Amino acid sequence: MKSEQPALHVQGLTKRFDRPAVDALDLTVHAGEFYALVGPNGAGKTTTLRMVAGLLRPDAGSVAIFGVDALRDPIAAKQIMAWVCDEPMIYDKLTPLEYLEFVAGLWGVDPRVSTPAARDLLASLGLEPHLNERCEGFSKGMRQKVALAGALVHDPRLIILDEPLTGLDAVSARHVKGLLGERVRAGDTVIMTTHILEVAERMADRIGVIAAGRLVAEGTLAELRAQNGHGNTSLEDLFIALVDVEAEAA
Amino acid sequence: MSAATTLSWFARHELKLAWREWLAMMTGGRRGRKRAAAIGLVAFAALMHLPAYAVIGRFANLQPPLDKTSLIVLTSTILLAWALMLSQAIESVTRVFYARADLDLIMSSPAKLTNIFSVRIAAIAVMVTGMALLFSTPFVDVLVLNGGARWLAGFGVVVVIGSSAAAFAIAITILLFRLIGPARTRLIAQILAAIIGAGFVIALQIAAILSYGTLSRFAVLTSDAAAAFVPDADSLIWWPARAALGDIQPLLFLLSASLVLLGCVMAIFSPRFADTAIVASAQAITSRRGSRALAFRGGSRQQALRRKEFLLLKRDPWLISQTLMQLLYLVPPALLLWRSFSDSSAAIVLITPVVVMAAGQLSGGLAWLTISGEDAADLVATAPLSPSAVLRAKIEVVLIVIGAIFAPLIVALALASPLQAAVTACGVTIGAASATAIQLWFRVQARRSQFRRRQTSSRLATFAEAFSSIGWAATSALALSLPAGAAVSGLITAAIVAATWKLSPRRG
Repeated sequence: MKSEQPALHVQGLTKRFDRPAVDALDLTVHAGEFYALVGPNGAGKTTTLRMVAGLLRPDAGSVAIFGVDALRDPIAAKQIMAWVCDEPMIYDKLTPLEYLEFVAGLWGVDPRVSTPAARDLLASLGLEPHLNERCEGFSKGMRQKVALAGALVHDPRLIILDEPLTGLDAVSARHVKGLLGERVRAGDTVIMTTHILEVAERMADRIGVIAAGRLVAEGTLAELRAQNGHGNTSLEDLFIALVDVEAEAA
Repeated sequence: MSAATTLSWFARHELKLAWREWLAMMTGGRRGRKRAAAIGLVAFAALMHLPAYAVIGRFANLQPPLDKTSLIVLTSTILLAWALMLSQAIESVTRVFYARADLDLIMSSPAKLTNIFSVRIAAIAVMVTGMALLFSTPFVDVLVLNGGARWLAGFGVVVVIGSSAAAFAIAITILLFRLIGPARTRLIAQILAAIIGAGFVIALQIAAILSYGTLSRFAVLTSDAAAAFVPDADSLIWWPARAALGDIQPLLFLLSASLVLLGCVMAIFSPRFADTAIVASAQAITSRRGSRALAFRGGSRQQALRRKEFLLLKRDPWLISQTLMQLLYLVPPALLLWRSFSDSSAAIVLITPVVVMAAGQLSGGLAWLTISGEDAADLVATAPLSPSAVLRAKIEVVLIVIGAIFAPLIVALALASPLQAAVTACGVTIGAASATAIQLWFRVQARRSQFRRRQTSSRLATFAEAFSSIGWAATSALALSLPAGAAVSGLITAAIVAATWKLSPRRG
């Protein structure tokens, strides 16, 4: 289900802490796209996505989610998106199923829809044997999977993930990647930050490289190679070349 | 490195950690506040001499031999201090077992675990005794200044109390492990700590209510019946009291006995300490099954939030035990209320401030848990609800819990005295609202597991919450006995709450 409106349209987004963290950033992600945001530590990736998710108020700029002004009407924007960060945020005293039911309740999803969806999601992430166990004994990877399932249970159109594969074993990572791929194929939009460039290279439709709070390059892998005059290099080599250029310029 | 070097090195390490933890607690974890914390501490210690003088000053001239009544009062005071320290020590031991911060590192090292855990047991004893020395210093100072140097023996008695309490706490906790297993020990030990801490005072109050119809525990201690019941003045039972009065022989005996006891506990339990810690760590990562997810089906978004808060409170026995202490203090007033149905005792008025104070304190704790202690803060912040709707749902949880706890007591009070019930209801409502508002103004993002350390995030909020609870309790009591005084007290308390709001961090 493709939409005319871009899934995310960011213009002049700016945030300063003691130095500019995000510097007049412009970014557009199309509906139904898998977009990977890569960059060195401290480049402004997480700050950007936290502003998009409504967790941080920008100093300047605008954020539109499928045409909804996220700064003017945050509730409408939040209704259609989901956020998952690298540190899993779940309640130790709830079971995964209860956690997903709670998230569905927060998003106002009909329990007749959310309950089977929650079971399916948890099963697809390999958590079926743990449906009714409290999360307090879960490993980081299991918590990350519960958090991801929670983000998907209300069927968001835009899914924002900050380092979702951190701490996951190979099998879990494959589960997560499979699930995200399915969502994109179903027409949802995924924006993901990652340090695992191989994942970005393999999964993303387009890749944005961010450094010092600015988007320094953007496009498909082929476009990035063409833009930078590297014929057949890996994304890792491209990334290092781009970041080095940016560091020299700074 | 020799065994002795390892021991002294690890002791230094433990002391350094304890010191830094204490310093962080005093400074709220902020650098550059050491000077302010030191000045505040000295000022607080100086100020504490005033209440110490008011409470204990008149006893400074007590001279041995004491009559039975004085011996009972002094011994009971020492027993109370011992119960409080035992409670504190059980808390510390449980924390060492269940906090895995450095246990993995220590147990994977080639150091001899028995030695290391001996040091850790000693560190618990030193910490418990150190805190007790700190709090008892103003009282001992007052006695020394007014009654002479013989009262310095009081410090020796504090050391006896601290080391014996630590020894008992370690033995009790490890025996609990053996008897009921690690899964239940954490909860039982913490409930035990709460009951031991409050139990002694409450037991005396209950005895006083049943015998004399008053909340004053001194009524029991100073009664002829108590004097007739206890052994003669030369009994060993009075040695702690005699030691506190400066009698050297009992003091030296008690000091040696308590240190030998601690040594024995270290020798017997140190090798098991490591095993127990391993079992506790393993228990912490096993999972427990929960009920089927029916709690969140149906209802509004705010209802989902409220249900989540109720479920988390219900499922966290540790948090329940932390708040149990406050509710335990409601037992004597409830008993007094029950007794007052048969005789129209004037002592029933005392119920109101106790209930109002308890409501304020309980609301503060619950408000911190629901507002600040949000484990999934990002999830709630990204949900399609306005921040005010989220806060409203969380505040409703606090008020519902407070209502459920205090309404039955107020209804029962209304049967005995409708006016007092109305005043108490007002006091509970205003006290709970003030404490909740203070937590709201000073909200921070924290994890529920940090509940015990919530005071460190803002000293101002902690003191304001305490003063507000005390102020509204006093106002309610005065409203029943001296309405003009209630107006003054109410205005002062409202001013404190208003000033707290003015000083609270601005939010955009």
